[in-house]
Amino acid sequence: MSERPISRRRMLAAGAVLSASGVTGAIADDLTGNGVPFKPNSATFPQAADISGGYNFFSQAEAAFIEAACARMIPKDDLGPGAVEAGVPIFLDRQLGGEFGAGARWYMNGPWPKGEKTQGYQSRFTPAQMYRAAIKDIDDACAHAHNAPFHQIAADQQDAFLKGLESGSTSLPNADSKAVFTMFLQNVIEGFFSDPIYGGNRDMAGWKLIGFSGARYDQRPYVLAYNKPYPLPPVGISGRPGWTREG
Amino acid sequence: MAQALAKTDVVMIGFGWVGAMMGQELTDAGLNVVALERGSWRDTPTDFATTFAQDELRYYWRHELFERLNHETLTFRNNDGQTALPMRHLGSFLPGSNVGGSGVHWNGQVWRFLPSDFLAKSHNLSRYGKSAVPDDMTIQDWGVTYDDLEPYYDKFEYLCGVSGKAGNLKGQIIPGGDPFEGPRSRDYPNPPLDMPYAPMLFAKAAADMGRHPFPHPAANVSRPYTNPLGVQLAQCTYCGFCEKYGCGNYSKSTAQTTILPVLMRKPNFTLRTRSEVRRIELSPDGKTATGVTYVDAQGRELFQPADLVILCAYALENVRMLLLSDVGKPYDPNTGEGLVGKNYAYQITSSVNVFYDDKILNPFIGAGALGMMCNDFNGDNFDHTGLGFIGGGYVGLMQTGARPIETHPTPDGTPTWGAGWKRAVAKNYLRATTISTHGAVMSHKQNHLDLDPTYKDALGRPLLRMSFDFTDNEHKMSDYLTDRAAEMGRAMNPREIKVNKRKGSYDIVPYQTTHNTGGAIMGTSPRDSVLNTYLQSWDVPNLFVPGANAFPQNPGYNPTGTVAALTFRCADAIKSHYLKAPGQPLVHA
Amino acid sequence: MRRAPPALAFLCLLAAGALASAAPQAPPNGAPQEAPPAAGPAPGADLVARGKYLATLGDCTGCHTRPGGAPYEGGLGLGSPFGTIYTANITSDPKVGIGSWSADQFWRALHEGRRNDGAHLYPAFPYPYFTHVTREDSDALRAYLLSVPASSYRPPANKLIFPVNIRGAMAIWNALFFRAEPFTGRADQSAEWNRGAYIVTGLGHCGACHTPKNMLQADSRSKPLQGGKIENWFAPDLDGSPRGLASWSRDDIVEFLKTGRNARSNGGASMAAVLVHSTTQMTDEDRRDIAVYLKSLPPSDAPASRGAAQDVMAQGGAVYRDECSACHGVNGAGEPRLFPALRNDANVQQRDPTTMVRYILTGSQTASSAARPTAFTMPAFSWKLNDREVAAVATYVRNSFGNNAQPVSASEVANLRHKVAAHPIQKELPAAEQR
Repeated sequence: MSERPISRRRMLAAGAVLSASGVTGAIADDLTGNGVPFKPNSATFPQAADISGGYNFFSQAEAAFIEAACARMIPKDDLGPGAVEAGVPIFLDRQLGGEFGAGARWYMNGPWPKGEKTQGYQSRFTPAQMYRAAIKDIDDACAHAHNAPFHQIAADQQDAFLKGLESGSTSLPNADSKAVFTMFLQNVIEGFFSDPIYGGNRDMAGWKLIGFSGARYDQRPYVLAYNKPYPLPPVGISGRPGWTREG
Repeated sequence: MAQALAKTDVVMIGFGWVGAMMGQELTDAGLNVVALERGSWRDTPTDFATTFAQDELRYYWRHELFERLNHETLTFRNNDGQTALPMRHLGSFLPGSNVGGSGVHWNGQVWRFLPSDFLAKSHNLSRYGKSAVPDDMTIQDWGVTYDDLEPYYDKFEYLCGVSGKAGNLKGQIIPGGDPFEGPRSRDYPNPPLDMPYAPMLFAKAAADMGRHPFPHPAANVSRPYTNPLGVQLAQCTYCGFCEKYGCGNYSKSTAQTTILPVLMRKPNFTLRTRSEVRRIELSPDGKTATGVTYVDAQGRELFQPADLVILCAYALENVRMLLLSDVGKPYDPNTGEGLVGKNYAYQITSSVNVFYDDKILNPFIGAGALGMMCNDFNGDNFDHTGLGFIGGGYVGLMQTGARPIETHPTPDGTPTWGAGWKRAVAKNYLRATTISTHGAVMSHKQNHLDLDPTYKDALGRPLLRMSFDFTDNEHKMSDYLTDRAAEMGRAMNPREIKVNKRKGSYDIVPYQTTHNTGGAIMGTSPRDSVLNTYLQSWDVPNLFVPGANAFPQNPGYNPTGTVAALTFRCADAIKSHYLKAPGQPLVHA
Repeated sequence: MRRAPPALAFLCLLAAGALASAAPQAPPNGAPQEAPPAAGPAPGADLVARGKYLATLGDCTGCHTRPGGAPYEGGLGLGSPFGTIYTANITSDPKVGIGSWSADQFWRALHEGRRNDGAHLYPAFPYPYFTHVTREDSDALRAYLLSVPASSYRPPANKLIFPVNIRGAMAIWNALFFRAEPFTGRADQSAEWNRGAYIVTGLGHCGACHTPKNMLQADSRSKPLQGGKIENWFAPDLDGSPRGLASWSRDDIVEFLKTGRNARSNGGASMAAVLVHSTTQMTDEDRRDIAVYLKSLPPSDAPASRGAAQDVMAQGGAVYRDECSACHGVNGAGEPRLFPALRNDANVQQRDPTTMVRYILTGSQTASSAARPTAFTMPAFSWKLNDREVAAVATYVRNSFGNNAQPVSASEVANLRHKVAAHPIQKELPAAEQR
């Protein structure tokens, strides 16, 4: 009964469904005199990504671009896994298919005149729309220049293309290339260093690379340990290997 | 037509730090208080529990604790020559939403302003002459002094259980504390937090240079603490998730951890959440607030009548609510007429990264207000003669927790991505630290707030429009501070440093600080202020507007301590004087 | 029904009872059999005030006021293995309340467990304890309740299974398990002890939760206050054993009752209401007397633990260090009056781990009192830890820091998770998706 083998990520994802159906947020809107309210067994726990089943948001062609670009942004090398090995493409897929991709918290009303740089993001595209438009433009541009989509050109050509986007020297017909690159770079770093429940930072590869201790809640014993290596392994919101096997 | 509810003594708009303090004080006076909060209830065990609070993506980058801009944002431009455009996602500053407001995700940095900060205009004129304050710099004295506020600063520090070291006890300078601070009546309630390696390296270098480093006063409590209300806080665990996060450990002082356990027990206090105030309603002559109209969780429009209206939302929202409710006259920078929206100010920040080869700093260990600071270059603690600016800021090394999406410093010349970036991040993460500067912004004729003519919020009301840029004064001052910080960084004997000056126009994209001030400022006369020194509206005497909106300009410290002190002073005035003659001005113009 | 076995057993007993019908039972509508002298003059303010305090001692409001309801109008559903019983309206309303009850009838309800019409009350109303209440206290309590504003609210009908739904069946239960007897006290004990015993075994009805029950929910008289299971909680041992209050001083008990917590433990969950409505409102003398009495209870035998497997302890230790130690301490010492110690803790070491596991699954709020207003709250872990991890960390805590208690199994956790509706995660997953 209790020991069905379920991956923790799946468990958290299933819990998230319950959260949407009202396990949380049951506190009344009118509170007088009864102290601080609390409902047992309620928590606004994170909505973990279900990483099974391949890409949901990206088409096959888009996924090919994303995987190729991620491999250039944070490559696999002698230091360890890169963005692809750490699951960043799936992270991006789930983020873009969710609230972030929809710009759900963003102010998305027009009008939409071109703004100054200091005024920030002024595209009418949501992040999801921005990625869609940009990937198509990029593959079109590569096909034009190299007769092949981005993921099929050589690594140094890929790097040159990405640098062109970053500097703005390469422009795209349907999206602001600098805005596209800024968002992509940010999202790749997010996928590499965020908690593994979101699909990236697989096996805490990003955290292990730099020595970040993760979702730990008590660092008191180590504050005054000047110039000493930190002794504990990283832990994610969903735990660490030691929870399920000795060590 | 809004349905009218039964009248209450006091209605408060917004329920963050200020709302909780006012609610506690006014219910103590026996008043029936109703707080209307547009957001939801939230508290430690359910909304930022230890089981999931340490989540950088969710809380910082996906903004879960912050204001939802799809509901309401503001528009921004650097100057009147530009068209203001909406802030479409958060960046430069992070206003809160829901119960506890921005106080839930603050760092806990508790400062007192300098005695001279409250005399910004007269002090600088007398020390440096007329040319020190150009015509378009619209700074003014506050109308209160440091001594007026001292008891209220003290009250807030004991409410929070601030951990720190006094530098000036009743005029006596105490070694190890801040020698520049105004005299305090007693020491902090708790000793300083344990100090990690990097701030100690900074402190040693600074002291060797003749500076005066001391531990940052922190509302992250250094030991278990019971405050004067009987509310308990737990010892900080240095988890490194304060700023932009909620504290799961009952260690960071917030409305939830210092006041609500008592206030929520009181039968004469009512909190209504998911209740968004549309406007303050005025009597036909415009001189009395009759209550507020709000939209409740079911979407009903309700009128809550009240004898006293307290506007306790975020500073920017307070200004907008005055403008939406036609309280006072909007400021016009071209004519100089009007006052609501005048003297908006901010903060100017910069940093210096310090990279070691031979020192492991474990920068992820941290707390929101953990660090060693120097006020040698704050306010008028140094001679500005010939420098071409007034004001200053602190320089310090804070270890607030290096969450790696946000914090992975790399030296000059490092690529922004690719193998070289990866190598540099891996090499430096544990061995890098950062000195920050945090500078004043003087008020300026052109920097102001008004209602946007084009863009609307989810309820169809005009957005606030912010017109703001740094002036010469800020850039010169910030460059000066950054140069001092770089000197200290080099004195720490690192492999190298990287200097990050604040260049060019104010940019609303990169995070800087959530220290938006002014727009409904306090003063001694209705000719140059919206509020009197008790934060009572000159125009509508049964309306009080506590918040950073009252700052005539923004000194070089974090604002919360002074917001709290002004709020407690306001509450005291209501209890001791206003209630004896309700509806009357506490100061006669 | 899930709990068929006890019901079947009860049916058998009923049959036995019918056969043995010679047992003398009170007639359904008969008068009280031995009514003590009626109370004296009309109730004065003193009597009402005294009655109000007695209602506090008995935590009457804890059951007779439902959330959102008017005081004492009843309607709170109490779960039992036999179904749900709704508490009565005990306001002064003459029709649905007790406004028309005589002093004798009221006393008989406390003393014998009978309604004003003579029908049997269910022992969810703890008359096996209230039978010890003196006639004077009964009259004072009635005077207070008659001063409570009348409410015409009528609580829902009970939802009980046959044959428990027949009130007459309680005659058999009473014959088996109940003796109407006044509190006698002990001459060889101090006045404090006697007062403490009167409260604990009388109005305070502490054993209603803290004494083990038999299959028919009657107290195991031989095991007073040795810990009892009730409604998916396990109320801990309060006697002098190491798994009870052996390590608590008298002052610890007094502080706990007064403020809702002490240096060892935080009161919460189902004890919270008792603390908030009753013990924190008592006089200092009564709290002291309760402590005197509880500290006099001898230790009970503890079942020997069969010990925990090493790998389970390692896994549980890893979870504990990452998830629990920030508050409860690496050494289980907690932080006095903020986060409870787990070392030597009663809840942690009970023979039945229900309460501890439930705390882990659903979280628990500490009672807020005037003296200690902060309601420190353990967050829920049900969404985060699977059954095996909960079992491992519970086992670790039960066998670390000097604690010793039986390991907890994953199936026990799963069972409780199901009962307390703590995220039934498994249910949400189609079998095909399981990996």
